[in-house]
Amino acid sequence: MTSLPQSTEKKLGLVIDLDTCVGCHACVVSCKEWNTSNYGSALSDVDAYGPEPQGTFLNRVHSFEAQPESGCSQTVHFPKSCLHCEDAPCVTVCPTGASYKREEDGIVLVNEADCMGCGLCAWSCPYGARELDQIFGVMKKCTLCVDRIYNENIPEEDRVPSCVRTCPAGARHFGDLGDPDSDVSRLVASRDGMDLMPEMGTKPVNKYLPPRLKDVPSDAALEATHKTPEGLFAWLDKALEKL
Amino acid sequence: MHPAPSVILFTTLSGLGFGLLAFLGLGLPPVTGWVAFVFFFLANALAVGGLLASVTHLANPKNAIKAFREWRSSWLSREGVLAVASLLVMGVFAVALVFFDIRLRTVGALGALLSLATVFTTSMIYTQLKTVPRWNEWTTPPIFMLHALGGGALLAGQPRLAAILLIALGLLMMWAWIKGDEKSLAGTTMETATGLGRIGKMRLLEPPHSGQNYLLKEMAYEVGRKHAQKLRILSLLLGYALPAALMLLFTVHHLTALIAIIAHLIGVAAGRWLFFAEAAHVQRLYYGK
Repeated sequence: MTSLPQSTEKKLGLVIDLDTCVGCHACVVSCKEWNTSNYGSALSDVDAYGPEPQGTFLNRVHSFEAQPESGCSQTVHFPKSCLHCEDAPCVTVCPTGASYKREEDGIVLVNEADCMGCGLCAWSCPYGARELDQIFGVMKKCTLCVDRIYNENIPEEDRVPSCVRTCPAGARHFGDLGDPDSDVSRLVASRDGMDLMPEMGTKPVNKYLPPRLKDVPSDAALEATHKTPEGLFAWLDKALEKL
Repeated sequence: MHPAPSVILFTTLSGLGFGLLAFLGLGLPPVTGWVAFVFFFLANALAVGGLLASVTHLANPKNAIKAFREWRSSWLSREGVLAVASLLVMGVFAVALVFFDIRLRTVGALGALLSLATVFTTSMIYTQLKTVPRWNEWTTPPIFMLHALGGGALLAGQPRLAAILLIALGLLMMWAWIKGDEKSLAGTTMETATGLGRIGKMRLLEPPHSGQNYLLKEMAYEVGRKHAQKLRILSLLLGYALPAALMLLFTVHHLTALIAIIAHLIGVAAGRWLFFAEAAHVQRLYYGK
């Protein structure tokens, strides 16, 4: 059924701290590693060692530069994956029922046994979060590591999405964003967490924490020091003048 | 958006085929016997040929049969259901007419309605996408419908009606192009995409990958805008103006009709190519495009 559930019991999702992310791409690599060998078909690469490598990834890190009206620009590393939207357009456009949103936790998944590879869900996603695998011909997307978070065969500390587990900077957080008292919800409230492209009306579950504004250096700090040479430099200055 | 030949062929041919089926269902032209057979063969070849072309666009066609399931929510599914329904209903009408010389008027009218509804669902597949502001417009469904009706009238030998419909369509196409250019990405920017407009103006410092990927190939298609104006004029002249002029100013016989139909097809294909090539998807903003 590709109609969306009226509401979901939980709203599991990610909170990504743009203030902390250093753009190391460790989450990209760990995501690919876990998901190429678990849920569904592999994440294929084409021409992996040739001149034009490309492949399927569920998580990618873009790097932006924000230029304020005055002062220095600010570099922002920006990991992007499926936002598990409440009003997910990718679910309702699907003709086969392959694309669905789970009622119990709100995770958006693709049932690859039903996907015909038409690509309409990728067209409907404003975020570029779905990629059609070029070899297997089915739509791939973030599963929120549904095969880790409930997996009792792995140690408890590993029962979070692979990207969250691996992030060396602690920039990624996982939890129930439907529960206002959860750690992630409190983090979002205290740090002014935001939606991407709110005008698209998708109501993303994943939130982004904006980077804190940079300190503005004082004018005095930017002034040149040592305008007139002293001591050894004064002597050198004189000596060089005479040459 | 990537102008895949399969999708251009599909929307062009099947639109025309269903348009012709709609006229045949209404008894225009009032053909019977072998002449009717030729008309129905042409209409079905166009409609089915277009649908088959669209199947080649699928990356995993073995699951295509499952596309009839989600008609409650999906326009693509509705299109599949209605396409099959109209072909079946019109099949009954055609068999009765061609082989038994019986005109089942109600069946024909129902088939005509279903054929036009099929074209409407095709248009809604594109119109529903908020992510492609140029398509997400009230003009998209009437443009698809007028293509089916105008082209259908041309094939069904209804010169006056074809001319009027094609002129209306040409004007609507111009309006949609101008409005689409103005609308651009409809207010979605790199600042709203990243949520970082609060800091300042955004630019891409480094893309997430050095090579190509599905997203760039499919949704950040760059070719073709260079000749956009020329193609628009070509599309207007060949697709709508020339056939309309031929239908109104000359006595219609087989040769003028053939020229009009070929010109119309070339013009429509050029316009459809632009429909995809000029459509910008908002996700390109994450790539600084």
